[in-house]
Amino acid sequence: MAEISMREAYGRALAAYGGVNPRVLALDVDTSASTLSSYFAGQFPGRFFNIGIAEPCMVDVAAGLALGGFIPFINGFASILSLRALEQIRTCVCYARTNVKIAASYAGLSDFKDGATHYSISDLANLRALPEMTVIVPADAAETADWVPIVAEYDGPVYLRISRAGALPVHQAGTPLHLGKGRTLRAGGDLTLVAMGAMVGRCAEAAEQLAARGISARLLEMHTLKPLDRDLLLQAAEETGALVTAEEHNIIGGLGSAVSEVLAEGSPKPLERVGIRDRFCPTGRDLDTLMDACGLSVAEVVAAAQRVLQRK
Amino acid sequence: MATLKPEKIIELEEIARSLRVDSLRLIHNRGAGHPGGALSAAEIMAVLYFHVLRLDPADPHQEGRDHFILSKGHASALLYAALARRGFFALSELDNWGEVDCPHQGHPDRFKTPGVDMTSGLLGHGVALGTGLALAARLKQQGSRTYVLLGDGECQGGIVWEGAMAAAKYRLDNLVAIVDANDVQLDGPVHEVMPLEPLAGKWAACGWHVTEVNGHNVRQVAEALDLAAQVHDRPSVLIAHTTKGRGVSFMENQSYWHGNVPNAGQLAQALHELGEVTHG
Repeated sequence: MAEISMREAYGRALAAYGGVNPRVLALDVDTSASTLSSYFAGQFPGRFFNIGIAEPCMVDVAAGLALGGFIPFINGFASILSLRALEQIRTCVCYARTNVKIAASYAGLSDFKDGATHYSISDLANLRALPEMTVIVPADAAETADWVPIVAEYDGPVYLRISRAGALPVHQAGTPLHLGKGRTLRAGGDLTLVAMGAMVGRCAEAAEQLAARGISARLLEMHTLKPLDRDLLLQAAEETGALVTAEEHNIIGGLGSAVSEVLAEGSPKPLERVGIRDRFCPTGRDLDTLMDACGLSVAEVVAAAQRVLQRK
Repeated sequence: MATLKPEKIIELEEIARSLRVDSLRLIHNRGAGHPGGALSAAEIMAVLYFHVLRLDPADPHQEGRDHFILSKGHASALLYAALARRGFFALSELDNWGEVDCPHQGHPDRFKTPGVDMTSGLLGHGVALGTGLALAARLKQQGSRTYVLLGDGECQGGIVWEGAMAAAKYRLDNLVAIVDANDVQLDGPVHEVMPLEPLAGKWAACGWHVTEVNGHNVRQVAEALDLAAQVHDRPSVLIAHTTKGRGVSFMENQSYWHGNVPNAGQLAQALHELGEVTHG
């Protein structure tokens, strides 16, 4: 089946929601043909602002629009928004608590043709450390679309991480999503796989393979990296006694780190982290091959599960 | 455009003098702050808060009001003095300024100080923020105008010009920037640290309507701001030539007084020079 990309789903959803809520605006930085904020721009030209290749400026203009009572969605590449424009996000969005929605596209390794300059593997570490910021990482295209109205209607800064690509489908459109509440996608008692973004589908596949070997893996989707669903994690730690995290991000500062913090304070249990092991990744011919080559394969998850079980 | 009456000029000059006095007392009492850039912008702030800005101190968030962003947030003492004298709060609220239980922060915080439209402190944000506020006013079809005060040293940062281009692209004639051009920054003269000239030419090249005034002449500042309200299809910038530390002989043009605090003796001399009658 032809699963659409997350950015395609986002672009369509934003344009559709623009018809529902006249306070929603969109801004872009000469990347609307990539982020697909172009759909919104086509439908609502008077509510779309192309700021040119100037991410810091876009953040501040959006903060001003939010002060004026609007709900601006800013669109750009995750790598640039989360690095070049981080001070603007910190000061004018988080500290000033303006109602700006950051739609951070081309996240993770999804811009596989452009390489390490364009990859965004530290954005979650940066954004997670900012007070007032909510961080959401959808698992697939359908989920990305379902987040758009929720993000718009939540009053406060949100970072919505969007892949250029699609992902293995895990979300049934219309299934309720709740900010800050993780989801148990598969029951299991031997260990818990904790994943977000494109790694959710990969972990679902890993859980199947583990089941074939007689290992019962629970699968938690932590779509909200911040605030993290501490209760769901601690319950899984108590009930399964071992965990594996999986993320399309550096192992420093992202989901693995966040889960480690919760476990260390609340229920210390063996944990293995699947992620990019603190390195700059090469370009690739396609995303799946690149992710496999960068330590994010289904086999890596399976291997991590087997390692963690030996530490129980 | 009406010419300002002589009594209005005298009133604004007296307010500017009072704002200088308040600012120095606040900075001295707190033991921290930035006197030089507060003193240089006193007439600008007097004109803004007592001639230009349409605000209601009883309803600081009134829809359709004018907006002001202190992009050079270091001049917080001056802003607090202006807001207090305009009636947003009592200046005595700042008696414990600097203590952790004082709501008013070192730099302006929009949640903590009534009348502060936007949090500031780090330089560079004002023009782009003002662009967003001015766009919002246009989308809401409100007559609200947005004013941004920035420093000349601040214009060394690229985001100022990113914002300037964006405001010009959207022809925001409801946006006015005022550059407090005192030619002194922390490390020395602006023209030595990183030359900006031709500053007026840079703004003009970005598509702005440019006026240069003596920033200590309240009539010039007021009339230029009145004129800016009549400019159509482009934002306006006032380059206000000022003297850092204006009004206090030993502070004038001295980068030392960018961020140093007058001791009791220096404060007394400063207040004396500013014509303040002190008690005892």
